[in-house]
Parts: sequence; C-alpha cells; structure tokens
Amino acid sequence: MATTTIDVPPATTRRSSDALSWAWRNKTIIGGTLILLALLGVAILAPWLAGDPLQFEPINRLKRPSEEFWFGTDQFGRDVYSRVVYGTRISLIVGFSVAVLATAIGLVLGVLCGYYRSVDAIVMRIMDGMMAIPAILLAIALITLMKASLVIVIVAISIPEIPRVVRLVRSVVLSVRARPYIEAAIASGTRNGRIMVRHILPNTVAPLVVQATYVCASAILTEAGLSFLGAGTPPEIPSWGNVINLGRTFFQIAPWIVFFPGILLAITVLAINLVGDGLRDTLDPRIARRM
Amino acid sequence: MTAYILRRLLATIPVMVVVALFVFLLLHLTPGDPAAVIAGDDASPAEIEGIRRKLGLDRPIWEQFGLYIGNLVRGDLGTSIFSNMPVTTLVRQRLEPSLVLAVAALVVAVAFAIPMGVVAAWKAHSSIDRVVMGFSVLGFAVPVFLVGYLLIYVFAIQLRWLPVQGYRPLSQGLDGTLRSIALPALALGMAYMALIARITRASMLEVLSEDYIRTAHAKGVATPSVLLRHALKNAAVPIVTVIGIGFALLISGVVITETVFNIPGLGRLTVDAILKRDYPIIQGLIILFAGAKVLVNLAVDISYTFFDPRIRQ
Repeated sequence: MATTTIDVPPATTRRSSDALSWAWRNKTIIGGTLILLALLGVAILAPWLAGDPLQFEPINRLKRPSEEFWFGTDQFGRDVYSRVVYGTRISLIVGFSVAVLATAIGLVLGVLCGYYRSVDAIVMRIMDGMMAIPAILLAIALITLMKASLVIVIVAISIPEIPRVVRLVRSVVLSVRARPYIEAAIASGTRNGRIMVRHILPNTVAPLVVQATYVCASAILTEAGLSFLGAGTPPEIPSWGNVINLGRTFFQIAPWIVFFPGILLAITVLAINLVGDGLRDTLDPRIARRM
Repeated sequence: MTAYILRRLLATIPVMVVVALFVFLLLHLTPGDPAAVIAGDDASPAEIEGIRRKLGLDRPIWEQFGLYIGNLVRGDLGTSIFSNMPVTTLVRQRLEPSLVLAVAALVVAVAFAIPMGVVAAWKAHSSIDRVVMGFSVLGFAVPVFLVGYLLIYVFAIQLRWLPVQGYRPLSQGLDGTLRSIALPALALGMAYMALIARITRASMLEVLSEDYIRTAHAKGVATPSVLLRHALKNAAVPIVTVIGIGFALLISGVVITETVFNIPGLGRLTVDAILKRDYPIIQGLIILFAGAKVLVNLAVDISYTFFDPRIRQ
C-alpha cells in the first residue's frame, strides 16, 4: 500500500487518467454499448433508413448485392437490406422484453425461495424440472399450442429463461440472509416484506443486471432460431430468423439472403455479451479473477 | 461410492416427474382451445372434435393424467395426431443421425477446446491466449446457423471438399457418414467449444497458481506432465460441469443444425411436427431430450468421483 503513494501525479491529471484508465479497463462495455446504440438507432430510424420491407418486385428476384440493393433481394424480389433493417426492431424488442420479463418473475420467485423454506422446496423442484427441458423445445411446445404472435413468442422464450434467474437470486438471498444485519433487522421487529425489499433486494441488483444481459442475448438467439425453424415470429413480420428461413431454399444461388441477417445477429449478440462480460468484471471482481 | 451413485440416481426421479407433469399441464393450462389451434383456421367442427379426442381432451383431467403417466411408465410416448404412428417408432427411425451428430460435435468440441484452454492458461496474457479468448467470445455469439452456412459456403460450395447437405447412414460405411457429418458437427460444436475453452482456461489459471505446481516445476517435472497430470486433473471438475451444462446447448443446436444441413434426424421430426402442430410428437421429444440431459448430468456427477475422491463419501 505504502509504495503506491511514492509518485502521486497532480490531482487534475490523475482525474483525467482515471477516466481514461476506467475507459481502457472497460473498453468492452464501451465498445458493446456503442454497437448497441447504433443498432437502436437503426431500429428507431428504420422508416428513414430503408424502403418497404414487404414490397414484392417480381422483376428483381434473387438479385446480387449491388448499389441499388445493398444486401441483394430475396426470391420475391424484396430488398434484403430493408428487411434486415426492420428485423433489428424485432430482435431488440424480443431481447429487451424477455430480459425484463424473465428477470422480474425470476427475482420475485428467487427472493421468495431464498426467504421461505416451504416455497423453496416446491418452486426449486419445478425449476429443476424446467431446466432439464431444452429452452428451444419448451418454446416450440408453447408456440404449437397457441396462435402465433410476437407476444406469444416473447412469453414462450421468457419461460425457459426464468429458472436460471431464480437460482441466481436465491443463492444471493441465502448468502445475504446469514449476515448479522438481517438478524438485527429481524430482532428489532422489522416486517418480512420490508426486510426483503429494503435489505435483501439491493444485494441482488448487480448480479441480476449481469444475468439480464445474458438472458437478452440468449433470447435474441432463441427468437432467431425459432423463426428459422418456422416456429417463431409470424412469417409476415420481417425478423432476422424469418429472413434466414426464407433464404434457406435458395442458399446455393443466393447466399446473401442468409449471410447479412446472420452477421447482424452475431454482431448484436456479441455486443450484448461484451457489455455483460464488462459489467460482470466491474461489478463482481471476485468472478472476474476466475474467468 | 455405490451409495453416492444410488443417491444421484434417485435424485433424477423427481426431475423427470416434474418434466412429465409440466408437459402435461402445458396442454391443459394453455389459454384458448389447443385442439382448435392444432386443427388450423379452416378446420370443420368435426375435425376439431376429432383432434380433441386424439389428445384425450374430451375426458376428465384426472383420467387423462392417469392414462398419460401409465403410458409413460410403460415407455409409451404417445401417438402422432396426423400419422397415427407411435412417437417411439418415429423417434427410433430418426435417432441415428441425431445421435451421431451430437456425439461427433461433443468429440470435436472437447478435442479442440481442452488443448486450447490449457495452452491459453499456460501462456496467459500472450498472443496465443488473446486468440483463444477472442475465439471463445466470438464463438459463443455466432449463431449455429450462420456457422453452418459459412462452412457449407467455404468447404462444400467453393472448395468442394465435402458434401453440401444430407446424411449417409452408418450402414453404408463409416467413411461416408464421417464425411457427411464433419461440417454439421463442427457447426454444432462451435459454441460448445468456445464455452469449454473458456472454462478450461479459467480453471487451469486457478490451479496453475497453486503451490504444488511450483513444487512440481521445482523438482524438475517436464512441463507437459505438470500441465496434464498435475494441473488439468485438478482443474477437471469445473470443466466437466460445463461440458454437462453445455450439453443442453448441444441438444437445442441439433434441431437447428439438422435443418441447415438437411439431416433426417430428430430435428427434422421436430420441424415437421411444428408445421403440422403435432403436439404429441413435441411432447414426446421434450421428455426424451430432458431424459438425455438428466442422464448426462448423472454421468457428470459420477465422473466427479474420479477427479475428486473426496466426493465419494
């Protein structure tokens, strides 16, 4: 400790170099966030950035990428670039909604499990069972039984994500519960609800934010996978998975229909994972050292 | 040891009971009329009634549940609505390609990922380490269908080294099977490989900082032997755990990979069932895949006793 005080730079330079070193250490968060902001911009500005993603132009079937059609056209002569731009909206909506829905439900269940033994015994058995079911099949089962819509897709993807959130929150709650200040709160007669909200909940925020980013990335991949299999977002909506699904048949002569949405998908998931990894390293140095 | 295995085996029973219950309740608690949804928009009332009867939805719920559990215990996964074939028969016809694909992907992933992780940890913070870490971040983000189509484009369409799509059964010779499964296995194994490489590196880094590693080096043990015999074996528990967890990833990936490469396996069965909304098939596949995952987890639990004898007690 003492050795670090030997050459302390002047206060002003230290502040700016602190900011710089924070940025350097967290370059994954910054890089990921910038990519995500760009994608958000594309999603919001879609009507100004691209033409009609649904317009059929039979003369322009399966055109290569060119100046007129940046990403080429599909078998109906629709502009792949426009479809990919509009697809950004679907992916971001799905990723965000699932992250919020799954973490919210998982948080409530996890806190209850960590706090009440009887709830824990029942809910954790159910979670164990749900975790044994591959996420994509659970979503497929739900979608088979209901009329396809974006809301159903979001719900179907959220359900298999819940157990992991519950486990995480529960483990945090269990470790916090054992601390003396909770005992003190109980001893001084604080009501259970208040202990949960005021004393336990704040401890779950950091790990939950990190987990939410992974849920978001996984949801975007699952939506694309489901749409690719024809069990996701209704086919008339241009989502990346739907575009790839249609490009499947013509892959050998028109690979661009598959590649452009696929690359965008990879970039999106990569950006979210970078933010997640960066947040994890910043918020929980203990895990960071291990990874 | 036997007691440990027996305890682990017993612990799988409640999990499978919950899976079975969950799948059953899914059909009954879904809002709306599943029979009408399955029948489609232009079905007549008689057709909807027929599907309702086939799903057993016309009987009291307790009778249905008894019948369903009774069938499951006898190994009957139900009957397809549209082909009227038992789901177990359909599964048996499609099992080989999926099994070969999953095993091949597992072998490819583990065979590449563990050396990558070990070298990355040994040469930590070097350029090799950065390449491995870069791969593990990228490999985990790239969706399996993009990897699949890229591989097809490069190795099948441009270079013409391997077939574009399809599957050759083992009965027509191992060589053909391996050629037809090479690209799918690599595509499917990619994310899994990234995950295992990352955890191998992390786990090895932790072990390499232990005193006994320094001792081994000091007494003149050759580096490969230190890395593999002293370090890797002690780093194995988290690695094996992730191999088990990642298997779920592999199962979900099988369905998509088979669609990309046109392989007539369980994935194709799933996609056909989706198109016809043939719920009994999907229900059967869920129970089957969940069972496979539970068995893999059991194998992982048992393998712990090999790496860490303390667990045996």
